[in-house]
Amino acid sequence: MSKPPFEFDTLALHAGQRPDAETGARATPIYQSASFVFESAEAAAGLFNLERTGHVYSRLSNPTNAVLEERIAVLDQGVGAVAVASGQAAMHLAVATLMGAGDHIVASRSLYGGTHNLLSYTLPRFGIETTFVDPRDPAAFSAAIQDNTKLVFGEVVGNPGMEVLDIPAISEVAHAAGIPVMIDATFTTPYLCRPIELGADLVMHSATKFLSGHGIVIGGLLVDGGVFDWAASGRFPTLAEPFDGFHHLNFAEEFGPAAFIARARREGLRDFGACMAPTTAFHILQGIETLSLRMARHMENAEVIAKFLSGQEGVLSVLHPCLPSHPDYELAKKLLPNGAGAVMSFEIAGGREAGVRFIEGLKIFSHLANVGDAKSLVIHPASTTHHRMDAEALVAAGISEGMIRLSIGLEDAADLIKDLKAGLRSAAKGGR
Amino acid sequence: MKTQLQGATAFYGVGNGEHAPEQPSVVFIHGSGMDHTVWLMPARHFARHGYNVVALDLPGHGDSEGPALTTIEAMSDWVSALLNQLGIGEAAIVGHSMGSLVALDFAARYPSHARSLALLGTSTPMPVSDVLLDAAKNDDRAAMVMANTWSHSAPGLMGGHKSPGMTLYFGGLRLLQRTPEGVYFADLGACNAFEAGPLRAEAVACPALVVLGNEDKMTGPKQSRAVASSIRGAQVVELDCGHAMLSEQSNAVLAALKTIV
Repeated sequence: MSKPPFEFDTLALHAGQRPDAETGARATPIYQSASFVFESAEAAAGLFNLERTGHVYSRLSNPTNAVLEERIAVLDQGVGAVAVASGQAAMHLAVATLMGAGDHIVASRSLYGGTHNLLSYTLPRFGIETTFVDPRDPAAFSAAIQDNTKLVFGEVVGNPGMEVLDIPAISEVAHAAGIPVMIDATFTTPYLCRPIELGADLVMHSATKFLSGHGIVIGGLLVDGGVFDWAASGRFPTLAEPFDGFHHLNFAEEFGPAAFIARARREGLRDFGACMAPTTAFHILQGIETLSLRMARHMENAEVIAKFLSGQEGVLSVLHPCLPSHPDYELAKKLLPNGAGAVMSFEIAGGREAGVRFIEGLKIFSHLANVGDAKSLVIHPASTTHHRMDAEALVAAGISEGMIRLSIGLEDAADLIKDLKAGLRSAAKGGR
Repeated sequence: MKTQLQGATAFYGVGNGEHAPEQPSVVFIHGSGMDHTVWLMPARHFARHGYNVVALDLPGHGDSEGPALTTIEAMSDWVSALLNQLGIGEAAIVGHSMGSLVALDFAARYPSHARSLALLGTSTPMPVSDVLLDAAKNDDRAAMVMANTWSHSAPGLMGGHKSPGMTLYFGGLRLLQRTPEGVYFADLGACNAFEAGPLRAEAVACPALVVLGNEDKMTGPKQSRAVASSIRGAQVVELDCGHAMLSEQSNAVLAALKTIV
């Protein structure tokens, strides 16, 4: 039982921010300043020694970003957060904070392509290996854990298979081995799922998507639940032993529940530098103010569209956990009672060529590489992001030649249905 | 730092400094269900300025082994034993909430060891409501949620942590939730049962400071002022915050402590 004393919708508007004491500004001001003047030489020394609160340099912290960080941390029920340049930066910051060369990750194999690239190809170059497992099999996560494993990772709703991760079960097996769980909650946002409440330890978001909600910024957020005992685990010298890079600071000893997020900021932002611009933080804050309203509408439209597509000629299958035909329908009802997100995939008859014709027949859906916009989006992986793959390689990646991914926006659902019908007609015509 | 005391491991933070008993010492005593991490900032400040910092974990808290002590007097006796073991003769004694009662009791009963006294978020008596005590007895996790909510000012409940990216509400709650089962109830019971406070206040002979939060719902401003008025020559600093002043007003708390330590 951790519920804060205000409801979610109220916190989405207010958490972390008070009217400006000097100007009375009600909105969060954009502090577009690289640096902040020290009150005195002694205060400066105090800031660098972590004995005073305040801002030094906007790579490390910024007052606008701090409001966003506290807001997402409260919504996710964490002790703190760090705002970074993108969702990928959030993922990298978490990995870099937890481990180094010789360490290992166990991850769901149903992941965003960018994350898959990072884990499969780039991190091994730095000595960090990943074992990918079936997201529906907690025992597979357990079996893949090695002596050098430092993280168990997955997405609330997988991509593109829309698998719902059993976060409580995965967390149980990870914790039994003394390993933290990080969840990518980009598709769900804290409105639909709060992974820490379900047993996870860390959460990351691409705030580019539903959190900001309008497709206008790139940003990432990393949240520390403050629930994992880094010292007791015995696997995390970066957190539970003196750090030479910060005057022998032992983060677990001095920061207690906030050890991870403190080191992520003090080392990760300082040394890797993937900070968020304050104007970006402002835009994401504006998005979060209406998160509840938008997500409710996203869910309403997504369900209508999923059910519509399920009954259409030329649609071979639809993948969305709101459909009884989805393997995780019951789990989604339990873990995601407010909805399983507005991203869905479907298989169009006619393969790669039909997919191209479908996309080109759409007028309202925008053909682009993103999800989580207020506007509806569409992409055909076989002809875009995965166009170099042959049919066999696509199957190995869990993508079929006729798979279409939709991100359902906030338009009138009737207009979206008309548009999809037009696309399906185009796909079918070309096939004759 | 760890030492063996009365057959158990006792932990104390040194603010990233060294244990140096020949230097002026400052002892920090945390509140119910808390540990040494609440003193992160003042501990680091005084260590940087050459003080010998002892930010202790009472038995059963943080990294000190249990069992938890059940009376304020037993806690101040334990503090005395720890200081003896560490070779510390005299120290500035700083306590928050339950820790303020331990500090008060210690300063009165071990006057030669108290150079000065700072009481943060204090009240004596420190009655604990039946609702909270019952909750702590039956389900201390629920009691922690209650106490954490009451520990913050109205604005503080909505956030506004001065330390970038940190949350006030969950920062406090997660620390409480680390406390082993039974310890929080023992702490609250010790606060509730401590009746000697007024006598101890009158016996304090060293310089003293009371720091109060004007929105403190756990130990109200009036109660804090009453403690100050019972201690000869005590100064009062009033801050714009609730009981969780170490997170709500960390810089102002440090500024106040610099006047007495």
